[in-house]
Amino acid sequence: MHEMALCEGIIGIVEEEARKRAFAKVNVVCLEIGALSHVAPEAMKFCFEAVAARTIAQGAKLEIVETPGTAWCMACSRSVEIKQRYEPCPSCGGYQLQVTGGEEMRVRELEVD
Amino acid sequence: MCTVCGCSDGKASIEHAHDHDHGGHDHHHHHHGHGHGHDRHHHHDHAPGDAGLLDCGANPAGQKIAGMSSDRIIQVERDILGKNDRLAADNRARFRADDVLAFNLVSSPGAGKTSLLVRAVSELKDSFAIGVIEGDQQTSNDAERIRATGVPAIQVNTGKGCHLDAAMVADAYDRLPWLNGGLLFIENVGNLVCPAAFDLGEACKIVVFSTTEGEDKPLKYPDMFAASSLMLINKIDLAPVLDFDLARTIEYARRVNPNIEVLTVSARTGEGFAAFYAWIRKRAVALKPAAMTAAE
Repeated sequence: MHEMALCEGIIGIVEEEARKRAFAKVNVVCLEIGALSHVAPEAMKFCFEAVAARTIAQGAKLEIVETPGTAWCMACSRSVEIKQRYEPCPSCGGYQLQVTGGEEMRVRELEVD
Repeated sequence: MCTVCGCSDGKASIEHAHDHDHGGHDHHHHHHGHGHGHDRHHHHDHAPGDAGLLDCGANPAGQKIAGMSSDRIIQVERDILGKNDRLAADNRARFRADDVLAFNLVSSPGAGKTSLLVRAVSELKDSFAIGVIEGDQQTSNDAERIRATGVPAIQVNTGKGCHLDAAMVADAYDRLPWLNGGLLFIENVGNLVCPAAFDLGEACKIVVFSTTEGEDKPLKYPDMFAASSLMLINKIDLAPVLDFDLARTIEYARRVNPNIEVLTVSARTGEGFAAFYAWIRKRAVALKPAAMTAAE
């Protein structure tokens, strides 16, 4: 459900950019989605086509660059990579992790006519 | 459709507590509507004329621009939730200006958020000015339960929407009496997924978890527990008959969020509420010492 909402947000950004930068067609929308963000990329692609219909982004391809989840392990005093929030530190097995990256949900760039 | 929540046009409605400067509207104010000039309520960054363009995505900006036919790459670098986040920052600034401490209560449906709030506002209303914003897909039942305590409450119906967003909270806050130095409780739509992503401008999120839910819920819905500062474990009076494992629940919550604070309460018996109020007062002192001194 909220992937629909996020796709609406993407279309809103695309349409604002279209007004500001004067383009009439979007061929590719490139997103940056963190592994620990609130988005399932597959669900996003599924929703995007429906939401983009009859907008300037109709027919545009959605490309998603997934960025890794990173966290600071307080026990190891170093940065580690995690795939999920509840994962232990891959090095020491502890859960004293502070997420430091991978929460991004951004429109990175557009390929336009 | 709404840009941030995906709800259908005209479905989100916010109650009026009192009349002010938008005469002529019907009872339910459609916050997604446009073109009516009470701009204090509206931080939408688009002109009335392009309402359909942003909110519906149905009106393409289809103008053909001469000489613009070749492909080009445009760097955008904008957060998908940027619009909501800007509105949330506006809310946060208003709460700060009013010296209001705002909490965003989240949980699954049926965890007991409203029962918990009914008890809390009844017992705190002599110490603080309190307002409540209630979010549900439909009905104003929850706001009516709060108002029965004598505390003002505004119901937001999100229609098809699965969460409150910052614009809805801004509209509802306008309709509450001035809470100078007081507390604002925002009860989100019962949903452990979507509300995690939408900042409303609150000081912090409080996740209400009940003993009738599985102990592994923090692992199943990690985003929400990661986003919350306090976990209130409600229905603790039922724990003995449920074989509820408190230690395991806390362990799972802290795997997701090592810093989450935990309190056990029963909205039915009142057990644990003194500690919850102490937690609120501690937060209030940290955020606004002058107002708390007055309230003591």
